[in-house]
Amino acid sequence: MSKILIRGAKVLGGEAQDVLIDGETIAAIARTGEIDWSGTGLSAEGATVIEAEGQVLLPGLVDLHTHLREPGREDSETVLTGTRAAASGGYTAVFAMANTFPVADTAGVVEQVWRLGKESGYCDVQPIGAVTVGLEGKQLSELGAMHESAARVTVFSDDGKCVDDAVIMRRALEYVKAFGGVVAQHAQEPRLTEGAQMNEGVVSAELGLGGWPAVAEESIIARDVLLAEHVGSRVHICHLSTAGSVEIVRWAKSRGIDVTAEVTPHHLLLTDELVRSYNAVYKVNPPLRTERDVMALREALADGTIDIVATDHAPHPHEDKDCEWAAAAMGMVGLETALSVVQQTMVETGLLDWAGVAERMSFAPARIGSLDNHGRPVSAGEPANLTLVDTSYRGVVDPAHFASRSRNTPYEGRELPGRVTHTFLRGRATVVDGKLA
Amino acid sequence: MKRHLISAADLTRDDAVLILDTAEEMARVADRPIKKLPTLRGLTVVNLFFEDSTRTRISFEAAAKRLSADVINFSAKGSSVSKGESLKDTALTLEAMGADAVVIRHHASGAPYRLATSGWIDSAVVNAGDGTHEHPTQALLDAFTMRRRLVGRDAGLGKDLNGRRITIVGDVLHSRVARSNVHLLHTLGAEVTLVAPPTLVPIGVETWPCEVSYSLDDVLPKSDAVMMLRVQRERMNAAFFPTEREYSRRYGLDGDRMAKMPEHAIVMHPGPMNRGMEITAQVADSDRCTAVEQVANGVSTRMAVLYLLLGGSEPAVTTTPAAARTEESK
Repeated sequence: MSKILIRGAKVLGGEAQDVLIDGETIAAIARTGEIDWSGTGLSAEGATVIEAEGQVLLPGLVDLHTHLREPGREDSETVLTGTRAAASGGYTAVFAMANTFPVADTAGVVEQVWRLGKESGYCDVQPIGAVTVGLEGKQLSELGAMHESAARVTVFSDDGKCVDDAVIMRRALEYVKAFGGVVAQHAQEPRLTEGAQMNEGVVSAELGLGGWPAVAEESIIARDVLLAEHVGSRVHICHLSTAGSVEIVRWAKSRGIDVTAEVTPHHLLLTDELVRSYNAVYKVNPPLRTERDVMALREALADGTIDIVATDHAPHPHEDKDCEWAAAAMGMVGLETALSVVQQTMVETGLLDWAGVAERMSFAPARIGSLDNHGRPVSAGEPANLTLVDTSYRGVVDPAHFASRSRNTPYEGRELPGRVTHTFLRGRATVVDGKLA
Repeated sequence: MKRHLISAADLTRDDAVLILDTAEEMARVADRPIKKLPTLRGLTVVNLFFEDSTRTRISFEAAAKRLSADVINFSAKGSSVSKGESLKDTALTLEAMGADAVVIRHHASGAPYRLATSGWIDSAVVNAGDGTHEHPTQALLDAFTMRRRLVGRDAGLGKDLNGRRITIVGDVLHSRVARSNVHLLHTLGAEVTLVAPPTLVPIGVETWPCEVSYSLDDVLPKSDAVMMLRVQRERMNAAFFPTEREYSRRYGLDGDRMAKMPEHAIVMHPGPMNRGMEITAQVADSDRCTAVEQVANGVSTRMAVLYLLLGGSEPAVTTTPAAARTEESK
C-alpha cells in the first residue's frame, strides 16, 4: 500500500496538522510542516499528498444502527450499496440490524452478512444479532452461537420490534453478560402503539392519524434501566426520541446504571409539523416529535446523557413511500446526511465542538459495540480509519446523487452544511474528493 | 373558490357562506318537477370509494346527476394496503379516463390530500371522508341544516352561525365529522362544545377552537343544536368505555335529556344512527331530530360544492337564482 500525506487538516477541529498514513496505519502526526522524519525510517517521498487546509479530520465514523436490508430486501439496499452510502457519509464501520429476511437470528445469517461486508470493501460491517427468534419476542435466539461465529456478534437487538416481555428482556440482559454482549432495545410498548402512525399530540389530533405516545417509549426505557440495574447488566437504548426519555436516562446514569443511548440525526432536526404534508417520507419509527423534544435531545447529546448519534438508516423503495400515509413504510435513509445534520444542529449551534462529534459518532459507538479497530484516537500507530470533512461547504441535498439504492430522504431540497471529501478505511481511500473511490 | 375541497379548515367564512347560499339555490331545484340543471353537462365526476359508504356515495351521485354530470362509480375496496392497485395507479387510471372531479372516500387519513397534491392528477378532488381526519361536505350540510333551522331559510342567506351554541357528542377521537365540524363551525362564528368520555377525546384537543366537557347534562341547557355522533360498538372492546349501557346512560340522548334542551334547539345525527346506543328511538323520531332532513340537505350542499369547484369562472351566486340563470345560459 502506498503512503498518503494529509496536509494541514484540523485534527478533531483543533490545530492544523500533517498526518502521514503508511499502509494501514497512521505513521506520523505533527503540526503542519513539522513531522520529524529523522530516525523514523519514513519519508514523505512517494506519498500522495492531500491538501486539507481548513478541513476537519475525524476518526472514521461508526454507525451503531444501520439497516442494510440484505438478505431479503435487496430492492431497497444491499450490503454493497449500503456500505458505499456509509463511506460517502464518512463511515468506516456500520452495525447491520438484524431485521432482515431471514432474520439474523442464527450464526449462519450473521456470518453471511459479515462475509458480504468483507467483500464490499467500502466499510466494515459488524452484524447485530436478533435477541429473539424471528424477532417475535418469545424465545431467545442462540446468542452465544452468534457471538462465537466468525461475525463475533456482541450487540443484540430486535430493532423494529420491542422486546416487550419483561421476563425475556431480563433474561437477555443477563445472558449476554457471559460474553460481554449488550442488548439494544427498540423501546416501544406495543399495546400503546397499536395502529400508531405518528407522534401523538396536537398534530395527530388534527390530522386524524393514530397516535404514538411518548409514554410508550418512556415506559419501556424506565422498565429496562431498572431491569439492567437489578441484574447488573448494561443496556443500550436505540433511537431515543422524547424529552421524557432523556429525563429517565439522565436519572438512570446519575444512579450509576450502565445505560447508553443513541439519537438519530432526524430526531435532532425534524418535527411532527412536517407530517401535515401527509408526505410519507416523514414517516418513521419512532416518529418525529415536537420542537420541545428536539431541543431536549440536542441538549442531552451535548451533555452526554445521550452517548451517540446513530443513523437508523432505513432504505425503502420509492413505491413504499409514494402512497397514502397509512400504507407507507416507516423509515428514512440517513448515512449520507448524518454528519451534515449533526454539524447544523450541534456544531453550528455551539452545542458541540468537533472533538465532541468525534466522541459521539466514532469513539463512543465503537466502545458500546466493542469494535476494537474503529473509534481509535487520531495518533501514530493507530489504524488509519479517517474522515476528512469540508465544513465550510453548503449544498442542497439531491437524492439523485446518493450511493444508497434508496432515495427516501426527508432532506431533499434542503440546504445542509458540510461535505465528506475523503474517507479512509485502514489506509485505503474509499472516498476521494467527495466521490466514491 | 379553491380547486379542491380537502379540509373544512381551508374554507374562509366567505367561502363557506357562499357554499351555503348556493346550496339554498340548489335546494329549490329539488322542489321543481324536473330536478335537473344542465350546468355540468359534459363533465365527468368519479366517485372513488375505497371504503363502503352507500349513503355518501348516492348523495354525491344524486348531486352530480342533478347537475347533469356524467357519473362513474369506482369502488376500490382493498387498495394498496392489501398490495392491490395503489392509490397512485388508480389516480392515473382516472386521469386517463378524463375525470374532471374525483370524489374520494378513503380509510387512510390524508389520502385525498395526497391525491390532490402529488401531481398524479389534474382534476378537482373532493374529500368524501378520509380515515379519522375530515369529512368537509358533511360539515357543510350540517351547517346548512343549522342555518335553516336556527336562522331561517331566507333569513339565513348571506349569514353565518355567529353566536350559536353547538354541542357535538360522542366518539370525537375517531370522528372525521367532528373534526370538520369544529373547523367549519368555528369559521362560521359558532361556539362549539365537544362532549365525550375522556377516552374518546384526542390528546392535543386543547388547541382546537372549542370547549370540551365530560358532562352532557351540564351542556344540554346551553345548546342550540346537539349533534350526536355514531359510536361504534367495537370501541367497547378496546376499553374506550366499559359497556354499551354505561355509554348510553352517560352520553346517550333520550327523551328526558332532550327535555333539558332549550325549546328551539335541534338534535342532529350524521347517520347511520345506532338507536338505543347514542340516541333513543323517541328522540330519533321526534320533530326536533333533523337526521332525515340532513340527508336531503346533503344533496343540495354537494351540488353546491361540485358546482362551485367545476363551474370555473362563472359567478356562483347572482341576484337571479342560479336555477334560472343557468337555464338562461343554455
